[in-house]
Amino acid sequence: MLGYILRRLFIAVPVLFGVTVINFIIMKMAPGNPVDMLVSPKLPEAARQAKMAELGLDDSAVSQYISWMKNLLFHGDLGYSMITFQPVTDMIMDRLGPTILIMGTSLILGLFIAIPIGILSATKQYTKLDYFFVTGSFLGISIPNFFLSLVLVYVFAIQLNWLPSSGMKDIGTTGSVWTVLLHMVLPVIVLVANVAGRNIRYVRSSMLEILGQDYLRTARAKGLKESRVVNKHAMRNALIPIVTIIGLEIPILFGGAVVIEQIFSWPGIGQLTLSSIMSRDYSTIMGLNLVAAFVVIAANILTDIVYAIVDPRIRKSYLGASKR
Amino acid sequence: MNKPLLVLANVKTYYPVKTGFMNLKTDYIKAVDDVSFELMAGETLGLVGESGCGKSTLGRTIIGLEPLTEGRILFNGNELNFKTERVSLSKQIQIVFQDPYSSLNPRQTVGKLLAEPLHVHKIVAKNEVETEVERLLELVGLPKTAKERYPHEFSGGQRQRIGIARALALRPKLIICDEPVSALDVSIQAQIMNLFKQLQQELGLTYLFIAHGLGAVKYISDRIAVMYAGKIVEIGSAEQIFTNPQHDYTKKLLNAYPVPDPRKRSIVVQQGQNDA
Repeated sequence: MLGYILRRLFIAVPVLFGVTVINFIIMKMAPGNPVDMLVSPKLPEAARQAKMAELGLDDSAVSQYISWMKNLLFHGDLGYSMITFQPVTDMIMDRLGPTILIMGTSLILGLFIAIPIGILSATKQYTKLDYFFVTGSFLGISIPNFFLSLVLVYVFAIQLNWLPSSGMKDIGTTGSVWTVLLHMVLPVIVLVANVAGRNIRYVRSSMLEILGQDYLRTARAKGLKESRVVNKHAMRNALIPIVTIIGLEIPILFGGAVVIEQIFSWPGIGQLTLSSIMSRDYSTIMGLNLVAAFVVIAANILTDIVYAIVDPRIRKSYLGASKR
Repeated sequence: MNKPLLVLANVKTYYPVKTGFMNLKTDYIKAVDDVSFELMAGETLGLVGESGCGKSTLGRTIIGLEPLTEGRILFNGNELNFKTERVSLSKQIQIVFQDPYSSLNPRQTVGKLLAEPLHVHKIVAKNEVETEVERLLELVGLPKTAKERYPHEFSGGQRQRIGIARALALRPKLIICDEPVSALDVSIQAQIMNLFKQLQQELGLTYLFIAHGLGAVKYISDRIAVMYAGKIVEIGSAEQIFTNPQHDYTKKLLNAYPVPDPRKRSIVVQQGQNDA
């Protein structure tokens, strides 16, 4: 098992390298540069050139990439933002907390809703309750995040004035736990609608597949109560594929956060990503991209490990592989 | 052998099929259609018939895994009521399933899957569960160490032994064997058949042995019932069914059964006479 994990981590290195190269190329192909975004168009050409040289933007693209990579490898440093001149690492670290806060809350809440509903829906297949849940989950998936966000803001923030519509804290305060929670409500509702909607369908179909298995008939033949058959034999087997889905859910949430954080002005990674792209803040974009790639790869490896823990058949094959 | 252990009286298992405008018209698939027979304690009744004739459905109806549409099932002289007694009935009547690959929960070790019915039905005291599991494994010819392993680590024959041990765990009087050897290699089939015979002698079990292969049924059965399209068309001693079949379908079934030397077939049905 340990050998397997080490191998996966080893493979992750070239993947991360490839991500930075491709990202750099795409970024360079986009028109504009940080200086054009930063300074007034009326600036004399000489001053502009001086600024370009100062930021190292007049070098060739290849040497720019190499110097970025050197800095990362030898100093573990992601450089300084070309717009705010803060260290990129600090900027990302500041933003990571709020993003993890809403993403984590949404993921956990979403699954707490999706798993029981999915199982109930499957055990009561083709009843009115099942149709109700399936329709609800379909709505959750189909409504675009931005649209649901705007509707919620209109109703709860503008019309009813119950909840704040933007930011994480009230302006000018340090932000108590209560106010942060209040600010979280709307973005979390939007993300949960999506996570729950998607996962109700996954859980339901996974459960339906298991409910048709022969070993459930065996469990009934053992004289177990129906509740034990469903909760012990069916559910535990049905949740194995769900582990994979949760692993995929993390990158989706990371991407979804870009839109949600923008709409609700949530001071997280997504908002930083969008603003750094807008201002062509090359070093920040590179840093964010590296973090995103890292999160996706880590989520994948974690999924595989958890998968091996929950499924004895897979555990066996991993153990066999690592002995070689 | 004089008192019937199991009596089936006009047992019917129908599945409704809704057709017509707005699903208003209800039709039925008659999986088991008016079946009656008696099974004596200690005997083995073979139940044969082609695929889809309802023999497995009948087996599952007897243990309450399929709904009984009509008719009565008496066990030990008491009428069974599956709605209220499915759980307690499992102690009296058990089943060995056809496919040993899919009928064991892949996430339970063999020890756990054998211990579960012992716990749920309180067959033995808690501290004796371990030894009971080992005893069961020994009974079906598996090593004690098998309890720490998962079903997927065993071969088909070994898995079927686990399936049999699981059925025996509740110390039933009657075991329904639902084509227990048809998913196994021929060489393994004989071993499992012998195990069934040996267990019957040791534990005094009664079998309802469902199969579509006549060889297995001939080997193990005292009496044989032939089923066709949900009905039992002929029932008699194994000897009589094989040497003097009465019903055309029985003759056809025997004719389809391969024998080492076809020229010595005892029953010959004219070609074309009974072919569908």
